[in-house]
Amino acid sequence: MAIQLLRFPSRLTALLALAPAYAVFLVVYIGATGWTIWVSLTNSRMLPSSVFVGLRQYESLFTNERWLVSIHNLIIFGVLFVAVSIALGFALAIAIDQRVRAENLLRSIYLYPFSMSFIVTGLVWQWLLNPTYGIEKLVRNWGLETFRFDWIVRQNTVIYTLVIAAVWHAAGLVMAIMLAGLRGIDDDIWKAARIDGVRPWRVYVSIIMPMLGASFATAAVLLSVSVVRLYDLSVAMTNGGPGLGSEVPAKFVMDHLFERQNLGLATAAATSMLITVAAVAAPFLYWQAKRRRLAVR
Amino acid sequence: MRLRTIATALALIWSTSANAQDMKAEVIHWWTSSGESAAVKVFADRFTKAGGVWIDNAIAGGVSARAVAINRTVGGNPPTAMQFNTGRQFDELVEGNLLSDVEVVANENKWRTFIPEAIVKAVTRNGKMYAVPVNIHGQNWLFYNKALLEKVGAAEPTNWIDVFAVLDKVKAAGLIPLAFGGVKVWERNLFNAVLVGQGGAAMFEGIYGKRDAALAASAEFKAVAATYARLRGYVDSGSPGRNWNDATTLVIQGKAGMQVMGDWAKGEFVAAGQTAGKEYGCTVLSNKGTGYIMGGDVFAFPKLKDPPQVKAQLALAKIMLEPDTQIEFAQKKGSIPVRLDLDLSSLDLCAQKAVKWLGDKRQQVPAQEMLSPPALTGAIEDAISQYWNTPSMTADAFAMKVVGILKDSY
Repeated sequence: MAIQLLRFPSRLTALLALAPAYAVFLVVYIGATGWTIWVSLTNSRMLPSSVFVGLRQYESLFTNERWLVSIHNLIIFGVLFVAVSIALGFALAIAIDQRVRAENLLRSIYLYPFSMSFIVTGLVWQWLLNPTYGIEKLVRNWGLETFRFDWIVRQNTVIYTLVIAAVWHAAGLVMAIMLAGLRGIDDDIWKAARIDGVRPWRVYVSIIMPMLGASFATAAVLLSVSVVRLYDLSVAMTNGGPGLGSEVPAKFVMDHLFERQNLGLATAAATSMLITVAAVAAPFLYWQAKRRRLAVR
Repeated sequence: MRLRTIATALALIWSTSANAQDMKAEVIHWWTSSGESAAVKVFADRFTKAGGVWIDNAIAGGVSARAVAINRTVGGNPPTAMQFNTGRQFDELVEGNLLSDVEVVANENKWRTFIPEAIVKAVTRNGKMYAVPVNIHGQNWLFYNKALLEKVGAAEPTNWIDVFAVLDKVKAAGLIPLAFGGVKVWERNLFNAVLVGQGGAAMFEGIYGKRDAALAASAEFKAVAATYARLRGYVDSGSPGRNWNDATTLVIQGKAGMQVMGDWAKGEFVAAGQTAGKEYGCTVLSNKGTGYIMGGDVFAFPKLKDPPQVKAQLALAKIMLEPDTQIEFAQKKGSIPVRLDLDLSSLDLCAQKAVKWLGDKRQQVPAQEMLSPPALTGAIEDAISQYWNTPSMTADAFAMKVVGILKDSY
């Protein structure tokens, strides 16, 4: 009886402590998302209107060439960015894990780009990659007259320059995550591998990497969030790029919300992004929940 | 005793702060380049002389400035005045009843008698003027470096056929033929210059105003697109992403031959100490002899309840269209005054040319901002930008895209 009395108040206080966060979540996330989906079903222009038009905005959206190019660009960017960041981050983590001398200093240097905003990153890389006064000009001044590195001014290749800038930004973060994972691996594994005569690279590929599954997953999820949110890097580096070369969905939404004064189309685009992310995340979460339930049993 | 002292002190503070509240105007605009800042300072100085306090809220980039102004107005914290281009950018603010009209000041000072009809029409909704036009900018000028053209032995080009001969000569001399800022809005501006110059004013207004899809599918329009595509070969590799004033600097410094830009570029020449007709020349390229694309800027005033701020709005509106203010502003900005009833002999050579052209009503072509809503302008801008940056796209494919956009419900 006494134990029950003790439990109830503490649960109540816990609920009260969570109440503000819950309210914010309800009003801001659920409420704003609901409002966005509602506006996407109307013919709103600069200001929201309440004239229901069904799925007409979605029809315009998926026949809009700029939207389709944006999705195409984001897929290319996303795959390359996540793959290269994880590979590079893992390589850096392995390098630092070799008990190098200036480990703290090196770790700070590699992690430092992550503290910079995407605007600064984008601007600096824009200057570096500009053919008339950046890397191309530098190498030409060194003597190689025919060196070309003008990806950033060509519509077909500008998306890869975004990948370069984003990988530079995020590789340090992946390195930090991987390093933590690597440090968590028991020394005995290494000793056993050495006794068995397994080559170091084979140890990494067949033993360490599977053990670091959780670290890889964490890094992948964090990077994927950056991919979906990609806007400020595209604006700062190339502002959508030559033509539609570096247009991305988030930029489509922002441009149509404000400059193009087309709330209906912008909210339809935002809702499409939400549905896509939900469609990818939902099966994954379901699979995770199922695994946990099986593990408990 | 203490209570009385406190009360007196509070009363004094309140009264002094009430005086400081008089005629405070927070103005949102996007005039941040050197020429533009000097021009907006004219408004600020005259407003201050009239007893007001000008709180400058300059936001770089027209798009960002307009977004901030609209959001603040809709959100309930409006500025005292905000800048728009002459046209349809503030349509929905009027529909949403968020702007005050300027009829009182307009009628008092008889604005309708000396502002060109097309401009008055562009700021009038439901018979009332909702914004104060402050200038007329020509959007399709060609500025060129006189010394450079003399050096390569080229004369001033007159139309979109002989300009290529001049560009070739500059290219042969190893310099940049066409200084270009490869940003979407200037890619569209260059296209519009070719459209009016080669296609004619009727085609321009037919496509952007009447949304005539048949015009966009015509052979003449495809010829315009072909000329535009030809210009690709005359810009340098650093042009994508360059700002318009950096491109003007190339012409000023003699690194590039010419630039197609609105006459706000003159502000950059003035700030660099150059004079029209001496170091730089100006003209409008036209095959058919018509077409001066009239754009400009206006200031709109959100509905405010605070009497001192409303007073500031009325004072600001009046000051902006006073004769002396208009002349001084035009000289610094590179535009021509929106009142054509003034003695304009103190303006430079290019402005004199513009005033002469605008005397003929057939030359007055309303800018794209006056004819189409931002959504349609934006969609066309995307298509033009894609065309400019895709060398393999044909004029036919581009024309088909434009037809599709015009038929869509923007």
